[in-house]
Amino acid sequence: NGSKWDLNLGLLVHRRVCYLLGSCHVVTTVFPSALFSFLSVQTFDKILIANRGEIACRVMKTCKKMGIKTVAVHSDVDANAVHVKMADEAVCVGPAPTSKSYLNMDAIMNAIRQTGAQAVHPGYGFLSENKEFAKRLAAEGVSFIGPDTHAIQAMGDKIESKLIAKAAKVNTIPGFDGVVKDADEAVRIANEIGYPVMIKASAGGGGKGMRIAWNDEETREGFRFSSQEAASSFGDDRLLIEKFIDNPRHIEIQVLADKHGNALWLNERECSIQRRNQKVVEEAPSTFLDPETRRAMGEQAVSLAKAVNYSSAGTVEFLVDSRKNFYFLEMNTRLQVEHPITECITGLDLVQQMIRIAKGFPLQHTQAEIPINGWAIESRVYAEDPYKSFGLPSIGRLSQYQEPLNLHNVRVDSGIEEGSDISIYYDPMISKLVTYGATRAEALKKMEDALDNYVIRGVTHNIPLLREIIVHPRFISGDISTKFLPEVYPEGFKGHQLTATGRKELLATAASLFVAAQLRAQKFLGDLRVSNTQQERRSWELCVELEKGVHMLGVSRSGATYTVEIDGDKLEVSSDWNLASPLLTVTLNGIHRTLQCLSRNAAGEISLQYLGTTFKLRVLSKLAAALSVHMPEKVPEDTSSILRSPMPGTVVAVSVKAGDTVAEGQEICVIEAMKMQNSMTAAKTAKVRSVHCKPGETVGEGDLLVELE
Amino acid sequence: MAALAAVRRCRVLLHGAVKSSFRGSPSQPRSYSAGRLSVQERIERKRQAALVGGGQKRIDAQHGRGKLTARERVALLLDPDSFVEYDAFVEHRCSDFGMEADHNKFPGDSVVTGQGRINGRLVYVFSQDFTVFGGSLSGAHAQKICKIMDQAMLVGAPVIGLNDSGGARIQEGVESLAGYADIFLRNVMASGVVPQISLIMGPCAGGAVYSPALTDFTFMVKDTSYLFITGPDVVKSVTNEDVTQEELGGAKTHTAVSGVAHKAFENDIDALLNLREFFNFLPLSNKDPSPVTECHDPSDRLVPGLDTLVPLESTKAYDMLDVIHSIVDERDFFEIMPNYAKNIVVGFARMNGRTVGIVGNQPKVASGESKAPIRYQHLISKLYYCCLDINSSVKGARFVRFCDAFNVPIITFVDVPGFLPGTAQEYGGIIRHGAKLLYAFAEATVPKITIITRKAYGGAYDVMSSKHLRGDVNYAWPSAEVAVMGAKGAVQIIFRGKNNQADAEAEYVEKFANPFPAAVRGFVDDIVVPSTTRRRICRDLEVLATKKQTNPWKKHANVPL
Repeated sequence: NGSKWDLNLGLLVHRRVCYLLGSCHVVTTVFPSALFSFLSVQTFDKILIANRGEIACRVMKTCKKMGIKTVAVHSDVDANAVHVKMADEAVCVGPAPTSKSYLNMDAIMNAIRQTGAQAVHPGYGFLSENKEFAKRLAAEGVSFIGPDTHAIQAMGDKIESKLIAKAAKVNTIPGFDGVVKDADEAVRIANEIGYPVMIKASAGGGGKGMRIAWNDEETREGFRFSSQEAASSFGDDRLLIEKFIDNPRHIEIQVLADKHGNALWLNERECSIQRRNQKVVEEAPSTFLDPETRRAMGEQAVSLAKAVNYSSAGTVEFLVDSRKNFYFLEMNTRLQVEHPITECITGLDLVQQMIRIAKGFPLQHTQAEIPINGWAIESRVYAEDPYKSFGLPSIGRLSQYQEPLNLHNVRVDSGIEEGSDISIYYDPMISKLVTYGATRAEALKKMEDALDNYVIRGVTHNIPLLREIIVHPRFISGDISTKFLPEVYPEGFKGHQLTATGRKELLATAASLFVAAQLRAQKFLGDLRVSNTQQERRSWELCVELEKGVHMLGVSRSGATYTVEIDGDKLEVSSDWNLASPLLTVTLNGIHRTLQCLSRNAAGEISLQYLGTTFKLRVLSKLAAALSVHMPEKVPEDTSSILRSPMPGTVVAVSVKAGDTVAEGQEICVIEAMKMQNSMTAAKTAKVRSVHCKPGETVGEGDLLVELE
Repeated sequence: MAALAAVRRCRVLLHGAVKSSFRGSPSQPRSYSAGRLSVQERIERKRQAALVGGGQKRIDAQHGRGKLTARERVALLLDPDSFVEYDAFVEHRCSDFGMEADHNKFPGDSVVTGQGRINGRLVYVFSQDFTVFGGSLSGAHAQKICKIMDQAMLVGAPVIGLNDSGGARIQEGVESLAGYADIFLRNVMASGVVPQISLIMGPCAGGAVYSPALTDFTFMVKDTSYLFITGPDVVKSVTNEDVTQEELGGAKTHTAVSGVAHKAFENDIDALLNLREFFNFLPLSNKDPSPVTECHDPSDRLVPGLDTLVPLESTKAYDMLDVIHSIVDERDFFEIMPNYAKNIVVGFARMNGRTVGIVGNQPKVASGESKAPIRYQHLISKLYYCCLDINSSVKGARFVRFCDAFNVPIITFVDVPGFLPGTAQEYGGIIRHGAKLLYAFAEATVPKITIITRKAYGGAYDVMSSKHLRGDVNYAWPSAEVAVMGAKGAVQIIFRGKNNQADAEAEYVEKFANPFPAAVRGFVDDIVVPSTTRRRICRDLEVLATKKQTNPWKKHANVPL
């Protein structure tokens, strides 16, 4: 194998040179504990990755380490994407819409034939859990890097998977659905299930008429109400009594199984922080599980995997209640988005393992060899506006982009680079930011630093939300559930709320930055016509506006250190005052902080990203501030009669036409973005003056949709 | 009366300071005896009177309109304590219509003039005082302005005018008109010698508008300034058009429709602070080099995003501002005329600290946008992205000529499929207007660096600072296509009436839709990786800093106006 290693090293070096010439951004991966022996066995010569974005890049990185050639597929708009540049070969499989490209099996099969790829890694999403695709590959003798068709099918069906799980002695949510004779029978059923239970009319949809019972008495009461409601409202006597899972956590077990009947569990991932059933922050291990529960969950997960002859990497998802009872939810028969945190704590490369397994190699490890080393946290960085229902998609071009890879123990899985477009066609995920530490506290601190050092410009992103979650007392104490976000932010996310100290830090930084810029503006190089008679200023009186508050500040300078006086307090601010860098690293009274200056203009307006949230400030000289009282108030545009698109997307339906009268709250049109439909409603009762969109049209954020009179 | 009141008020203020001078005659404040103390007193009185212009009542009224006073403006514009005032004692000389009365005399009259510093660099300033006779222009007023302009010419320093004037001082009649002409003449003499900037901060109507029009840059304040030859009343009586002041000559009209003004700002403070920023880009005179400021942005910074910026489909748009922002120092670009003829982008930026002028075709915006009926706009935007048209040619030409006059190197980003076709353009004189841009680039002797990002077709290729017009360094990105016209049009002409048009088109694309035809002839100096563009430009500017080129002697050139 030695010669092959040399050969591949040569190849890598060659490609790196190409990168330099093409000046592409090379994303490096950090595995905290690298135990890999990549070139120990011969697997495949060439693998096609039937995916895009970060996961395609992720898979290719391992392929490169294993000396495997890679083939990318891409849609026409992705022709310049990072995953295409990273691959040894690339094939265009169709136009932008996923149904015509990344889901286009014919085109992908052609690409396989054309390139002679021996195996396909499907990533996640797209064709990863498509049994038809796995079948077609098998028919052509191409390896599918994932489980076999049987397992995909069995676990893909909600009802069947539960039955199999039950048979494999995996905990499922216990329940009863049918006619309950009387209250005594209800109590008997409830006791069989175990408290707490949820009682409701079978015919009632969703959580309607749902009652929670924690003891026999409450069960009787619940039975009385629900059976009355069932009879009167629905004319259907059937009741549903089911285990109620209070404060449910979403905890999943990573499993790895080979084609020889061996299976391992690689510990858990805590994925409770979610919005709209999509995970936002994940960690491994979970603060909640004790070793016994972990082992019990792991063993059940392995027994489920064995029950379906599972091979490859898979994930068994559980709901866990406040008493550590856990219940099977579903099994994902693919590589999971959040797999990096498992890699961090176990030291395994899951993609490498999947490739080995697909080739038919047995597992390299025994259960006893699977460690939990340290703690890993993953934040999903999305191009979305966290101030709109915890995240509405946003699009745009990444005009500046810099991953915090200068920090140790930070891994960034991304498939984009500076200049990339986040388009309406695909998932708006920018990257997965993973930090690692010996302890959870260390990993969390690293996450704070990493988020502060992450430069993303050109698209709206959710770093404000991520940065707030990871420092929230409830999150730090581990007191989380899938309802975390709506519980912590019942009014919606509003950004970081400044403390008195924080406010002072922010004001002092803005004032110092303003002065630094003013001083720099006087530095003309080699110009003999700059005044020599003017004294260099040493102190400034400034007025800084922040969140409608006006503050008078005194600033004095000594070298690169500014002393800022705010309401009798003194803050020392020092920095290198590099006005070109997007990052602004300052020391405030001895405390290091990394802020970002998003914009700064001649009129004294400064946007600073501080603790994740963007704050708008205005710094004026004392004179300018005093005179600004005379400036006329500008009347903002009346927005109640104008409906603008809150995000970029496609108009699915328009329900009104010019001349119609609409009532307040009535639907006017529907915009679809990233598989999400959003109903746009009228802000007031009025006549429609004009309609500026029609179904099928794409609209940008802020585009005028409808005007009312 | 107001002036009188103001004088009295000042006396009260001064009471403490000059107490001794009133000894013996406190009940006779207006006794202008010839004694030594009395002169001292008079000097102070006059000086203090000059400081309050038309008096507190008029100052309050000025503030009530959302405007600052002439002196407040000067204080904000210049470095603290740097203003040196001239002619605070000048008074008007009119003796008709009761103007000779004491209460109608204001020390300094209706304009504040002098010199000062902006970030340490010399500038001459006049600021019209609306509180004195509505800022109207008297002979004395004009004389004051002329004085500082003359001195600015002598020492080679820019002139900034802060305009806020109701027009001519009607009481003075022809003397006022003479005053305007004196200023116009100096504007013309100073043109190309020192930069001249006008900031319109109130009314500027009638003949008065021609002074800003003759200066290099005209900026406006939104909602509180307007410029027109004749006001709405006269318009109504002559053409029967109903139009408001704002519609006729407001900031929006002049920055988006007429192209008279180069930029508009939110209010007085915003405008003055921006003017300070803008001033830092300018050389002090035609004998000074383009200024170089301390720069924190590495000159060899790569811009990886540029490698994927130009879309693969040659009809798809991208934003030239993305190119400009990412290449220049610190993404700092002061765009000139951002809302007019948006299909060409012009403005100032810095490369490794040195001021440069940037000219770029804007593929994001269709040419002739405002003129085409809405129903044809989609056609036009598809076919004629970033064509040169009348307005963009004029906008570009004026900017290039400013840069050339003041030693500012010009960097041109080219993506141009040609000149905009159509009767509107031909009847409008696209031939003579397009010639202006051609003329400007051709005559310019400052360092000229050109980057062809995509299309450079036809005559427009020649115009856009091509090698043939003495471009010093001309680069092509790999996406560049230098050709006489697009493949489709070319094939229709070459193979007229033949069947194999598709094949011929493919052949044409293969042959011409790439940078090679230009590169093999040396019409571009190199084909460069886009991400290295900043590094290359910075190095080239360093080399070209000592460029010396002169045009043949002539009395003056004859640009096709």
